[in-house]
Amino acid sequence: MINDASVQQPTYYQEVERKGYSRREFLSFVTMMAAFMGLEKSAIGQVIKAMETQPRVPVIWLHFQECTCCSESFIRSSHPIVADILLDKISLDYTETLMAASGFQAEAAMKSTMEKYKGEYILCVEGSVPTAADGVYCMIGGKTSMQILEEASANAKAVIAWGSCASNGCVQSAKPNPTNATPIHKLLSGNVPLIKVPGCPPIGEVMAGVIVHLVTFGKIPELDRLGRPKAFYSKRVHDSCYRRPFYDAGLFVETFDDESAKKGYCLYKVGCKGPSTYNACGVMKWNNGTSYPIQSGHGCIGCSEANYWDNGRLYERASSFAGFGIEANADTLGKVALAATGVAVAAHAVATNVRKHNLIFNLEKEGKQSEKELES
Amino acid sequence: MSKRIVVDPITRIEGHLRVEADIENGQIKDAFSSGTMVRLLEEILRGRDPRDAWAFVGRVCGVCTSVHSLTAVRCVEDALDITIPPNAELVRNIMFCAQYMHDHVVHFYHLHAMDWVDVVNALKADPQKTSELAQSISHWPKSSPGYFSDIQTRIKKFVDSGQLGIFANGYWGHPAYKLPAEVNLIGLAHYLEALEWQKEIVKIHAIFGGKNPHPNYLVGGMACAISIDDVSGINAERLAYVGQLLQDGKNFIEQVYIPDLMAIASFYKDWGAIGGGLGNYLVYGDLPANGYKDTKNYKFPGGAILNKDVSKVYDVDVRKDDEVQEFISHSWYEYKEGKDVGLHPWKGESKINYTGPKPPFENLDTTQAYSYLKTPRWKGNAMEVGPLARVLVGYARGREDFKAVVDKALKDLDVPITALFSTLGRTAARGLESVLVAQWAHEFYDQLLTNIKNGDTRMAEMSKFDPATWPKTAQGVGHTEAPRGALAHWINISDEKIANYQLVVPTTWNASPRDSKGQLSAYESALLGTPVANEQQPLEIIRTIHSFDPCMACSVHIYDEEGKHISRIGILEN
Repeated sequence: MINDASVQQPTYYQEVERKGYSRREFLSFVTMMAAFMGLEKSAIGQVIKAMETQPRVPVIWLHFQECTCCSESFIRSSHPIVADILLDKISLDYTETLMAASGFQAEAAMKSTMEKYKGEYILCVEGSVPTAADGVYCMIGGKTSMQILEEASANAKAVIAWGSCASNGCVQSAKPNPTNATPIHKLLSGNVPLIKVPGCPPIGEVMAGVIVHLVTFGKIPELDRLGRPKAFYSKRVHDSCYRRPFYDAGLFVETFDDESAKKGYCLYKVGCKGPSTYNACGVMKWNNGTSYPIQSGHGCIGCSEANYWDNGRLYERASSFAGFGIEANADTLGKVALAATGVAVAAHAVATNVRKHNLIFNLEKEGKQSEKELES
Repeated sequence: MSKRIVVDPITRIEGHLRVEADIENGQIKDAFSSGTMVRLLEEILRGRDPRDAWAFVGRVCGVCTSVHSLTAVRCVEDALDITIPPNAELVRNIMFCAQYMHDHVVHFYHLHAMDWVDVVNALKADPQKTSELAQSISHWPKSSPGYFSDIQTRIKKFVDSGQLGIFANGYWGHPAYKLPAEVNLIGLAHYLEALEWQKEIVKIHAIFGGKNPHPNYLVGGMACAISIDDVSGINAERLAYVGQLLQDGKNFIEQVYIPDLMAIASFYKDWGAIGGGLGNYLVYGDLPANGYKDTKNYKFPGGAILNKDVSKVYDVDVRKDDEVQEFISHSWYEYKEGKDVGLHPWKGESKINYTGPKPPFENLDTTQAYSYLKTPRWKGNAMEVGPLARVLVGYARGREDFKAVVDKALKDLDVPITALFSTLGRTAARGLESVLVAQWAHEFYDQLLTNIKNGDTRMAEMSKFDPATWPKTAQGVGHTEAPRGALAHWINISDEKIANYQLVVPTTWNASPRDSKGQLSAYESALLGTPVANEQQPLEIIRTIHSFDPCMACSVHIYDEEGKHISRIGILEN
């Protein structure tokens, strides 16, 4: 994205090599990132070329009304090489969480990057912006977050809205939204490309993936109509959930820690919001693939969806909130589409479902009562 | 004549903190700590399902993630009189320990180390000598001359590139940096190692809670069913994973964190006499060994110490309305009864009222209200909370495990016990309790395995989960020891909904403005008398503030009197 020959910065590959990683490790990392981004095999060569030749990108990371879970998730990014690249290899010139400088020296670092790399730096925003009372509910260095966002976004190459706060307003914008916490897309001029990466927080590898995409391809990733990268937000958690066959078979957990919970049945009836949540949790999982909420027995709370705090209670069945009727229809269609998408986990689950038809048939009998209840 | 300096933003913390300090003859004469961001989460909680509260308040903080959720489920369980199964208590304890191990290591290396370690000076180190030094203080295997040489080469090229990234504009070369180049290089190498390590220990949260940050909790227990014969449950593979992570975490703390802490501390013994501050310490206690209600069997004993007198520990009761109270005389809030009264959280009321200067501004008017933090007091006393408070209360309660780690550290550093009442003491206490927590985690883990082996697989008590079983009104309090100190939530439930929800959090105790009597809180008090060699580079201020590990998002709240926003509840329910 920044291909100015006058900017003498080492490329990723040079940096990686310097750190002592082999070319083979570098290639394996690139392949993995390409897979995460949902690229065709033929595009991997392009990624490798980009990583070998593109210079480092200056990044300014602002913190407003937030809990810092996005920064924490970012440093959880699991592949060591990603952590190294993103914390050491991009030039993270301003982030209150990690930077050495404080006070006016910190502000000077931000100002310097904004001037020296005008139009070339990536602006990351974590947190929402309170606009009530002229912005006094979030002030840094004596300025409001509204003022800081306006200054920092004016000459950014692209803006990334990290997490649900910056993308949707998240918890502080839940009713009655007392500080008028506002997602940043409502405040930006519209002249700078914006990528929304919702979730509370987003998965660390998703955050890494978005930055890697920007840097390697020199353009923003393909976005859906809500401004989210399609690679990570085009599928519902429900469609990639390994417990999906139990949903299809009408086998549900009735209450936490019951026999059905121990068998890993579907959590829909105890409030799982997977059917209405678009995120990559079921495929990528969390913390280097360790688990994800449903695998650990709790329903999805829908944290990457707009207004999820006001979309029904956590343990309320999804069908009782508005819009699920439409989703239910989409569900039926979704099954057909699913086979074609090739999402590994879901496809495998479906295949298993078919192979073990008899077993499922028996389970279905067991689940009939549940199904009836569900339809009633 | 004193001179006012401002440090804003204070970085390497969670959230938004501003410090103004008056300097006279090279020393801090007066100091003002201000929280400059507010979200009003308590107002948002009103009218919600109490069972959902953990998810909302979990978002108070993503750095000390899980601690607010834990406090919230305890708070609701207290109100509804639910006793969770022993396995759920153990899983919560193990998650608590994982959080401490993560949080304290990240604080030491990524938020605090650069106050003591001069990154640029590390370039002058001799890798051979660095290796010898590292091997003399620890068994940690990554300690060869080649290892340190590679790190140094990498950093040198980084510095030469002219793009210093997160290291830009640090106070490098400041005369208060005292470490030999070799110790600086060890600190820098372990900064990078700890950055890779920290993402591992939190996998324990993912196993039991589905993800980290913000793992899931459940009123009544935990949602992760134990099923040793199912791939979806907590089975042998999951348990083995947890065991491995706990062992790796313990190794890192014992072989990297503690040796580094002691090596660095040995060059900064003068900081054992700086930054002490209040001398009053408050601990609620946590890590139940025999159920949450049996407070006498907590691994972290509760209690209060006044005026540095460790011969006497006072009991603390968060339910009594004359113990914990909050004041607003220097906060941007209003009380119906005026600016000078203190209120117990169950009776808390107030209204936000920003009266500070119109931004952009240079200085706050610190004679008036100057912060979004309220000012909590215990029986009228300003109290410090956090690792130092916990270690002192454990020590003063005569607990052998606390005495062992404290006495060894004092002996190794050759300093008297009074050195604990300081910036250095605070930083050391965080490490010492990490050692204890890493050991206790294994005890909890072993107990969990024993229970399962004995056939107890219960993970949640769900008999009172249905709101139809609840009384018409109920009130509860939940407390914990967050990594940063004593934390409690108070709830009033009415007609199955939250009528009032209130939090008094560690950083509010420590970072609050002065009270109506003019008593300073912990940060401001600790800064008094601190030397400042260079007003343009107030490294000394940063050291003392960081020794508390500020968490500002946690600390800013507002309470409204019950029922005030009836119309808003109506909207919520529509």
